[in-house]
Amino acid sequence: MAEKMELNEVEVWDGNMAASQALRQAQIDVVAAYPITPSTPVVQNYGSFLANGYIDGEFVLVESEHAAMSGCVGAAAAGGRVATATSSQGFALMSEVLYQASGMRLPIVLVVVNRALAAPLNVNGDHSDMYMGRDSGWIQLDAFNAQEAYDMTLMAFRIGEDPEIRLPVMSHQDGFITSHTAENVRPLSDDEAYEFVGEYPAVNPMLDLANPVTYGVQTEEDWHFEHKARQHHDLMTKVFGKVEEVFAAFEKKTGRKYNIVEKYDMDDADVAIVALGTTVETAKMVAEKLRKEQGIKAGVVAPRLFRPWPHKQIIEALQNVKAVACLDRSSPNGAMGALYNEVAGSLYQCENRPVVTNYIYGLGGRDFTVEHAEEIFKELAANAEAGKPTTPLQQFIGLRGPKLSFY
Amino acid sequence: MKYLGWDELIPGAILFSFSEEMEKDASEILPEDRPYAETNSHEAYVGDWRVLKPVYNRDLCIDCQFCWIYCPDVSIISRDKKMIGVDYDHCKGCGICVEVCPTNPKSLLMFEERIDNDDALAQWPEKE
Repeated sequence: MAEKMELNEVEVWDGNMAASQALRQAQIDVVAAYPITPSTPVVQNYGSFLANGYIDGEFVLVESEHAAMSGCVGAAAAGGRVATATSSQGFALMSEVLYQASGMRLPIVLVVVNRALAAPLNVNGDHSDMYMGRDSGWIQLDAFNAQEAYDMTLMAFRIGEDPEIRLPVMSHQDGFITSHTAENVRPLSDDEAYEFVGEYPAVNPMLDLANPVTYGVQTEEDWHFEHKARQHHDLMTKVFGKVEEVFAAFEKKTGRKYNIVEKYDMDDADVAIVALGTTVETAKMVAEKLRKEQGIKAGVVAPRLFRPWPHKQIIEALQNVKAVACLDRSSPNGAMGALYNEVAGSLYQCENRPVVTNYIYGLGGRDFTVEHAEEIFKELAANAEAGKPTTPLQQFIGLRGPKLSFY
Repeated sequence: MKYLGWDELIPGAILFSFSEEMEKDASEILPEDRPYAETNSHEAYVGDWRVLKPVYNRDLCIDCQFCWIYCPDVSIISRDKKMIGVDYDHCKGCGICVEVCPTNPKSLLMFEERIDNDDALAQWPEKE
């Protein structure tokens, strides 16, 4: 039996340690992992917990991320609670198996410490890997700091493993800015955390030899469409309610309240930034500052749940503002940013269509500064005043060289 | 097989091997007594994938079970360690059973699909 760890009411953890501790407390049966910067410490810490007697489950070191996720698929189909962690190139190598996991409806938890994708090689944080996962059929939760990385990782088990859901969940955090910055984190005790996550409810386990089952059968044009439709239906109709239910249970336990779409200073906002990850916290601070200093009614909207896409909640959050900036921390490589496309697609369906513009920023860990956020809010205020874009639709911010913008 | 709508499917592209839950491990139940599900590959005829077929010669066989162990598609029929024959509904004609057969001459040989098994047995080679 694993030792319990005595934790302080407030621990000083970085995002990686926060995620490792959540994994430890969930009493996982199998972790199959291959380390990659900046998520390496997630599994490194987990390995040391195991070596020190704090973990009963299996820890399988494999030869690649493709193998890591394949091991997770096998163990999850066998009937165990399963998790792993990765970033960037490792995430890309896993991508084939991500679709296997979701298609087989295996509720694996994947901690993704967001990092840029090569080339050029870069170990720092941006959202290229997170965006790469957006059509993979996984649920994607996004944390903006270390506390949230802990909270989202714990909740990921309870959301994905629910027999009504049975879908894998990614718990995202920003590489280095969250993963390697020590912050105050208030953890649950081991007993409280496990009580919250609950016993793993095995569904059709392959190790039930009296009832043999095949996972992920081959289907061609006569069956494939129906299976994919079933999965999409469950993502579109069942996940939102379950996420709200788990967020509410978590609030009851910890007092920390989460929403599918987070809103800051939005009650009377004229202009809003929509962003993901640590940028949300910078934008919040700047919105508050501009309200005080310049009277700009600025607010921030942040999807806590990136997949399934919270179409209704985004409309609800943004339908009354005049101008919106969608901030994408990933090179769209020949299109508008993904967040822009999602938000604009949702807002096209509301009566009062705000002016929506797109900013590409922070690639490869480039700082997103207070000045950048101020500049964006000021451009939004001009858009709101004019009732149309006063800038190009897509602009690069924080980039050296001639100003780069499109449309 | 009846086509089902998306809402009738088991999530996970899952198929159960048997139509009912069994009291014990399937390996302890003879194949003819197992309640194979309609979707089990046991119920599908794939014999026409084969170009060459293995023909079995009872007179030479020593029941070593090598072919039964090595067959990658469970297409060697054997009961109580006695070789019975080849499951032509599922055999793909890979020839592994012939390759591993230790007798001289072999007790399994590949013949063209069109050749009748009795004619094949009549042309069996002599001991080398």
